[in-house]
Amino acid sequence: MRFRLIVSLWAALAVQAAATAHAAEDPAQQVKELRRMLEEMKTNYEARIEQLEQRLDNAERAVAEARDQASSAEQSAEDARDTAEEVAMQPVRQATPLSALNPGIDAVLVGSYGDFDVGGEDYAIPGFIVGPESGPGDPGFSLGESEFNMYSNIDDRFFGNVTFSLHDEGGETGVELEEAYLQTLTLPAGLRVRGGRFFSDIGYLNSFHPHADEFTDRPLPYQAFLGRNYRDDGVQVSWLAPTDTFLLVGAEAFKGGGFPANAEPGAGAGAWTLFAHTGGDIGISNSWAAGLSYLHADVDAGRVASDGTSFVGESKLWIADAVYKWAPDGNPRNRNFKLQGEYFARSEDGDLGGVPYSGDQNGWYLQGIYQFAPHWSAGYRYDRLHADGVGTALSGTPLDPLGLSPERHSLVLQWQNSEFSKVRFQFTRDDSTPVTDNQFFIQYIATMGAHPAHQF
Amino acid sequence: MKAILSAMILAAAFAAASPARALEAFACEPDWASLLEELGAGHVETYTAINAHQDPHYIQARPSLIAHVRNADLLVCSGAQLEIGWLPLLLRRSTNSKVQPGQPGYFLAADQVRKIEVPSQIDRAQGDIHPEGNPHVQLDPRNIKFIARALSQRLKQIDAANAADYDSALSDFQKRWDEASEKWEQRARTLRGLRVVAHHVSFSYLLRWLHMDYAGTLEPKPGVPPTSSHLSELLSDLKANPPAAIIRAPYQDPKPSEWLSERLGVPAIVLPYTVGGAEGADDLFGLYDVTLDRLEEVAK
Repeated sequence: MRFRLIVSLWAALAVQAAATAHAAEDPAQQVKELRRMLEEMKTNYEARIEQLEQRLDNAERAVAEARDQASSAEQSAEDARDTAEEVAMQPVRQATPLSALNPGIDAVLVGSYGDFDVGGEDYAIPGFIVGPESGPGDPGFSLGESEFNMYSNIDDRFFGNVTFSLHDEGGETGVELEEAYLQTLTLPAGLRVRGGRFFSDIGYLNSFHPHADEFTDRPLPYQAFLGRNYRDDGVQVSWLAPTDTFLLVGAEAFKGGGFPANAEPGAGAGAWTLFAHTGGDIGISNSWAAGLSYLHADVDAGRVASDGTSFVGESKLWIADAVYKWAPDGNPRNRNFKLQGEYFARSEDGDLGGVPYSGDQNGWYLQGIYQFAPHWSAGYRYDRLHADGVGTALSGTPLDPLGLSPERHSLVLQWQNSEFSKVRFQFTRDDSTPVTDNQFFIQYIATMGAHPAHQF
Repeated sequence: MKAILSAMILAAAFAAASPARALEAFACEPDWASLLEELGAGHVETYTAINAHQDPHYIQARPSLIAHVRNADLLVCSGAQLEIGWLPLLLRRSTNSKVQPGQPGYFLAADQVRKIEVPSQIDRAQGDIHPEGNPHVQLDPRNIKFIARALSQRLKQIDAANAADYDSALSDFQKRWDEASEKWEQRARTLRGLRVVAHHVSFSYLLRWLHMDYAGTLEPKPGVPPTSSHLSELLSDLKANPPAAIIRAPYQDPKPSEWLSERLGVPAIVLPYTVGGAEGADDLFGLYDVTLDRLEEVAK
């Protein structure tokens, strides 16, 4: 085996040597041969390159085709998705969530802490017999006017509202039916009738619930003339004019059971009112409202003063109110300013503890609130009262102003997290009584349940 | 005498020459005023309650608004509780029986489309959420189609005498809207997948239509104004992967978006959000044109 391999190797070497020897014999032949070989190789390679190029080209085309197919597939997938989306968008009656149920129910939590000296049950302003809810109440912690409110369209023609409120009564917490009324929705020609217990539409602030106020307490004229706000059982008729400028006129008749009235029961309307409100916009950034109101109240069952004496007679009260609001571009969300003022004039005739009394009293307030950032607002209020002096027969009685002009200066700073919660700090320099009192309040107001209404 | 008589004749001729307005409409938002202009065939006179610079959530029931609802034959609003703070009060105080809920004169756009972001749980800890879903329905052109059809139907119902005019106005509008929509959708392809931070969830329908995504909102919860702590959180979350832009509506406070824009190095842009919200957004067509222009600018 090994021998055969060696023999064949030797044979191969011999052939090779012979060939080389033969080539070396003719160099021209040799060059020719080499050129031929090169030529052959060149054509050979060119063909192969061409072939490769062709294949590459084919491959590229295939890729592009595949890509086209893929993208058109993607395109149709997209189209399909859009169509599916469009089909899915077809309006359907979406289930109404439970909490969107009629009626609107909300609870307003109001709590405060007050640091002051003049207040409590015996709060009295010289020259005035104030209502039972006037004054800052008792110092310390208080649940203020937390309330529970339920309202709804009753059917296609009526709307109803009921409000219970909590208030402090000498250390006890009382529950009071604050409002319970029914009003029409669809009377023709802009007419509306409301009946039940409700806040009168006189003045500007009167129809607002106290938690909607910008200060922790009502201005002095409200406290002195209306006992914070005037509400009673009765009926209201109003008419909204068909004009582009808002004009509402109305009249109310009440039982006469609520301060400042106190009529003998069963004697018809113990109190009645007339009111007119108007308002509009100036450009897009400014809006305004103004009103004039009159309240006539019988006090034949007596209005008891803090010293136990009682005023019996008749009361006539005029209120002029004006409100101006500014917001950049009419958008109050981030910044806005509100200026508000009301003037009260009252004339009363009757007697106090048997002594004839006839006197005029007046009062006014002016307040400005500036919301300077989405979370923050600050404001100032000045309020004052004036009562005519009384003769010697009444000197020293609760109707004797003692030559004083009750007045207050208040500063307020408010932080609001959202529409539903706010915390406010108020400082008041109170000169409404013979003692100057520096008062400090912290108050929170939170609304849960139905979305609060943005009353103007 | 003669002068008075000729003046009267002139006045009568003038009155006859001016087209008779059959319907008085009250539109809460400018988008619906624009749609009424398209579909009203000249028979509808529209008063618009708010402008593009006013936050539709926070309008007050101003005396001027009450007076105009009082005189309206038709009220067109977004609905889905967008106007919950003021519309019920307007309706109640207007004493206008024609536009009370359930009447033909009461039309809510959101009732005509399928709403998104309907919360499964209603808790104000989630912010001022709308139980019926997101009410900002005007920002998807496909919604507009559904709303237009229903609104035209309503116009015919209230003012049957001009039904033919309303029909032709609708088909004319639909034709132009379809053409425009096709163009918008072509342009929208370049915006796919774009991430943006928005001030409030006012743009959800727009983002769904354009296949874009929220990278976050400046408000910590819907209806709660941006706080500095929430903004710093957003900043640290988005630093590694910044969004293409920060978008807001013209009525939203510019400060928070400018603060974040500066620190993230991405543009803060105002989208028109509603008709009248930018130059060129004078009607519903312009609203979409300008919105796409501004988004394309930041997508480059």
